[in-house]
Formats: sequence, C-alpha cells, structure tokens
Amino acid sequence: MQDDVVIRVVAKVMIPAIMLFALYVQFHGDYGPGGGFQAGVIFAAAFVLNAIIFGLNKGRHVWPAHYNLIGFCLGVLLYGGTGVVAMLLGGNFLDYDVLSSDPVAGQHLGILLIEFGVGLTVAAVMVSLFFTFAGRASHLRLLSKTEAHERHVAAQEEADK
Amino acid sequence: MSGFFVNVALMAILILIAFLALRSHRLFAMVMLSGAFSLVAATQFVVLDAVDVAFTEAAVGAGISTVLALATLALVPSEEKPHAVAILPAFLAIATGVLLSVAVADLPAFGDAAAPIHNHVAPDFIIGSAADIGVPNVVTSVLASYRGFDTLGEVVVVFTAAIAVLLIIGGYTRTARRRNEAQAGTEGDEHAG
Repeated sequence: MQDDVVIRVVAKVMIPAIMLFALYVQFHGDYGPGGGFQAGVIFAAAFVLNAIIFGLNKGRHVWPAHYNLIGFCLGVLLYGGTGVVAMLLGGNFLDYDVLSSDPVAGQHLGILLIEFGVGLTVAAVMVSLFFTFAGRASHLRLLSKTEAHERHVAAQEEADK
Repeated sequence: MSGFFVNVALMAILILIAFLALRSHRLFAMVMLSGAFSLVAATQFVVLDAVDVAFTEAAVGAGISTVLALATLALVPSEEKPHAVAILPAFLAIATGVLLSVAVADLPAFGDAAAPIHNHVAPDFIIGSAADIGVPNVVTSVLASYRGFDTLGEVVVVFTAAIAVLLIIGGYTRTARRRNEAQAGTEGDEHAG
C-alpha cells in the first residue's frame, strides 16, 4: 500500500495527529469523555496505521515486539503498584486519599496514575495483538509490495554473488 | 419526539446490518458489516448520552476489532463453509429473544429517577464525586476511584488476553527459537563462504 503517494502522505500527516489525540483523551479523561482504555486503543491505532501503510517490518523497526511485553507488564504493575503504595501509606488498597496531604489532590494523582497504567497496558496489548496476527499473515497479503520487492532484490544479489 | 425517530432509525439500521451479516457468505463482507454495526451502536450510545461507552465502542468495536479481524482474514479462506440451517440453535436464539422482549415491558422507563438502579449507590457517587474526587467527569471518578478494583480486574483481563495470544500464536516457543537460531547459523555460514 506504500506505493500510493496519497495514502503515504495522508498517513504521515495523520499518525502524529492520532498520537496527540490519544494523549489528549488520556489526560483529559477527568474532564470529558475518554480515559485510559480509549486512549490506549487510539494510540495503538497510530502504530497499526503505520504498519499497514509502510509495511510490517518497518512497523516492527519503529516499535519492536519486546517493547509491548515491557509496556503491558509495566501498565498492570503501575495500576497495582498505586494500590499497594496507598496501602503502605496507611489507606485501603486503591484508596488514593492518602497519596497526598490533601485527599482530593491524592485522588487526582491516583486517577492520573492508574489511567496511565490502563492506557499503557491497552496500547501495548493492542499493538502486540495486531503484530501477532498480521505477522502470521505477512507471507500472504499484508507484506507490502516494496518489502516484497526489497526481499526479491536482496535474494537476487545473493544469487549474483 | 425527534429522539424517538432517531432511536427507531438507528435500531432499524442495526437490525438491517445484523441481517445482512447473517445472510452473507463472504467473510470480508461480514467483518466490514460488524465494523459498521459497532459504529451505528456507538451512535446509539451517543443518543443515549453514554458518550464514554460510545467512545469505547467506536475505538474498540469499529476500529481495532475490525483491523484484527482483517489481519486474521489473511490466514483463512475468504468464504464461509456452506452448512445446513441449525434448527435447535436458531430456535434457542429466537426463544431467548422473545423472552427478553417480553421482559423489556417490565423494565422501568428510560431515565426514570425512581428506578431501583438509580437509588442504590448511584446518588452517593453522583453527589459525593465533586467533594470526594473533584473530577468533573463522574464516569471517570466511578471507573477509576469508586470502582477502581473492578477496573484493575478489567486491565488484568486485557493483559491475560495478550499473554494467551502470545503463548498460543506468538511464536515465543523454545522450538521456534531453536529453529530461528539454526537458520541464522546456516545463513551466517553461507555469508562466510
């Protein structure tokens, strides 16, 4: 699909905008619709779009698979860790009142942290699922023309040697 | 009154899409129709003032699910296998649908303030949110604070799903790694030669 100039240019303009929108949804979830789940999916959509337009290999180059493992483990740990920290500070599990001297400020901090944990987990899981499924299909359809061409050229150069 | 017509129109589109998906034998068409179904369902949620749910439905149902289904389509044949009409499942589905439709008559009216669901803990959350949490979006304060433990469970479910997918088809197996290492080894030898 990367051979189409219009799609490539539109994707290059859209991908940063999608990421920025995901961050807006992530950190504006306290004030409007949105939150970690939606932001994570939107953030993952930017990587999925990148991989669809520019090919799976370039997508993996931008975001290697082990980043996802680190991402979703960190996300769950951040969420659970916030709860454990609240316990260590003398509150109940996931009771954010004790995270700050002012209960309302503590709630704000707690919600910010756990929403970030949710966003990180969901984004990493979605990217991971896409690359896992698409990776199995790469030899069939999702391999882009240019990648196929690059492989073909590399194979020919090998043969010439 | 216009809200009523919008609801009827959206429900009619939903039923139409579901029927088309049922009739179709091409998997690509089914995936696209299910994406469209999610998008219309998201619109329905907006009409019902559930914008957070609508947001999730549009992003997950119409967005990522469709992409994942398309990625999976590359691995399977493009046509559904022909099969006979399954009488018992069809009967069960229709019977359940009829029972649920009958049960709808007993539900409180939409937005009824006297409904039991609105009189349990909901008033405490709605009234207390401003003072306890200080977050304008009550959905966020319920999801992240009052019901924080449930949300932790949801995140762990998402996490578990990814672990399961990676374990089953992720290729992180010992045999696959050995095979890759063996291949890399022979390729290296060819370069040296």
